[in-house]
Amino acid sequence: MSEQSGAQAMQFGIMSVSDITRDPTTGVTPSEQERIKATLAIATHAEEVGLDVFAIGEHHNPPFWSSSPTTFLAALAAQTERLIVSTSTTLITTNDPVRIAEEYAMLQHVSDGRMDLMLGRGNTGPVYPWFGQDIRQGLPLAIENYALLHKLWREDVVDWEGKFRTPLQGFTSTPRPLDGIAPFVWHGSIRTPEIAEQAAYYGDGFFANNIFWPKEHYQRLIELYRQRFEHYGHGTREQAIVGLGGQVFMAAKSQDAVNQFRPYFDNAPVYGHGPSMEDFTEMTPLTVGSPQQVIDRYAAMREHYGDYQRQLFLIDHAGLPLKTVLEQLDILGSEVVPVLRKELAKDRPAAVPDAPTHAARVKATYGDGPTRQARPGANRGDNLTADSPYEDTPAPAGAAFGLGRKGA
Amino acid sequence: MTTRRIAVVSAGLSNPSSTRMLADRLAAETVKALAERDIDATVDVIELRDHAHDITNNLLTGFAPPALETAINTVVSADALIAVTPIFSTSYSGLFKSFVDVLDPDALTGKPVLIGANAGTARHSLAIDYAIRPLFAYLHAEAVSTGVFAASSDWGGAGDDVAPLAKRVEKGARELAEAIARREAATVADPYDPATYLGEGRSFGHMLGGLAGE
Repeated sequence: MSEQSGAQAMQFGIMSVSDITRDPTTGVTPSEQERIKATLAIATHAEEVGLDVFAIGEHHNPPFWSSSPTTFLAALAAQTERLIVSTSTTLITTNDPVRIAEEYAMLQHVSDGRMDLMLGRGNTGPVYPWFGQDIRQGLPLAIENYALLHKLWREDVVDWEGKFRTPLQGFTSTPRPLDGIAPFVWHGSIRTPEIAEQAAYYGDGFFANNIFWPKEHYQRLIELYRQRFEHYGHGTREQAIVGLGGQVFMAAKSQDAVNQFRPYFDNAPVYGHGPSMEDFTEMTPLTVGSPQQVIDRYAAMREHYGDYQRQLFLIDHAGLPLKTVLEQLDILGSEVVPVLRKELAKDRPAAVPDAPTHAARVKATYGDGPTRQARPGANRGDNLTADSPYEDTPAPAGAAFGLGRKGA
Repeated sequence: MTTRRIAVVSAGLSNPSSTRMLADRLAAETVKALAERDIDATVDVIELRDHAHDITNNLLTGFAPPALETAINTVVSADALIAVTPIFSTSYSGLFKSFVDVLDPDALTGKPVLIGANAGTARHSLAIDYAIRPLFAYLHAEAVSTGVFAASSDWGGAGDDVAPLAKRVEKGARELAEAIARREAATVADPYDPATYLGEGRSFGHMLGGLAGE
């Protein structure tokens, strides 16, 4: 079992969309409280069985419960030792980037760096008007809001004017990122080449949904991201940071898995009443069968997409009861992930980077030297009269300090 | 001699289908009219009946199963489209509209289209102009002014004597052939080419509105 501080070629984990769905076999729909507690149990169990990451989606409408991912993830970080807590996805379109900067920097501090986040545009149309935005501006919002978020984590004092948000003069997002290292960001996408471009431009991670569609869609997106990552000078295409979704249901005998999962598949809000489970498993990465079938299918992912850094599975949706999900985790942890770790490490080129961790990124910036510990200057109520409201300027190269405001 | 590709979409539900019969005549006549203009043309016919389940699945899951995806690519990459549907309850068939609904809304922009429709009697013939033509107008396709409606009687001796079906087919086909001949051969922009989504020679800095100093 790898330590959080140790280098890790690949991270494996699970992601939840936080749906509260009626169990079609019992007719029982859990309450919000039951499902929230169940998800905490699932996430802590992910660590117990040796997985590395738990990621939660963000939604603002029933039947979902995860409107406040950082609150949930802070509780989860407090109950775990090693698990990286993350999102899938955080809405960069309708959240104020200032609040994202603040909330996730706070999560970074309370989790001692055991966090990152994935940005997405969201798939629920009315969320835009509920938060005062226009869905037709989805892409420009994603681009401008991330540009501001990126800046807020890297510059102590920010002057900003954009199209969508009220301007900022002399604004400092607090707390400053832990150790002066901004949280790692994945840009999640199902179909949008501009998002692959955005991830490549910043040298951030790119996460392909890899759940609903045939692999050819994601191959083109990932290929584009790798090519543009190199274009923008962040490294070779092999050095780009790629994450993949996935979806599995397992039992010792594959026919048992098929029989057990079918009623959930047939009634699932996302694909129920559409293609048959057999067609869907053939067309998409959904794998319903024995642990060995899952291993075979997912060990082949790097043939499709190249060596990658993070694999997240969706295993807790469609009304599956807690007990079943915990059993799925046991199988993942004991039979599937250990084998996949070995398989995907075989012949992995040395140039391929390890999965990103806070510890590794601190080391890359500071070596073994001291890290930034931001301390506000004494009795400072404003940011406008000096270069920085913090005592510890100037910054070592590469750390997320303010660049100093010329002429301030 | 240049070569163009014509996609034919036939939304008839029975097999054999009089919708398909009309579609075939429109296609053959268009090929002939193009040949007279020294343009070679190939025809790909898509029977929506063969894709009915996939179209429903696409509506539910958001992605096209492989056979339907091939059909969609055939339509969107063609130089011209011949679209023929039976008239149900004053409009195109539900299957026809469902197929249109799984296309990207921009996919038919600027594409020459010849509309055909059929029904039991000629009393439905205006449906082409008040129901089907607005759909293609919305999609920014360029439907030729003649739409060809075939009533059951058009296939026999009780058809329209003043403007028999063969004449109307020939008129519509000629208009489509002229529209094809006026245009360059179709090219499809690769959505994953940065030049497509950023603009030729541009970088992400442009999308950031000059933040990157571009």
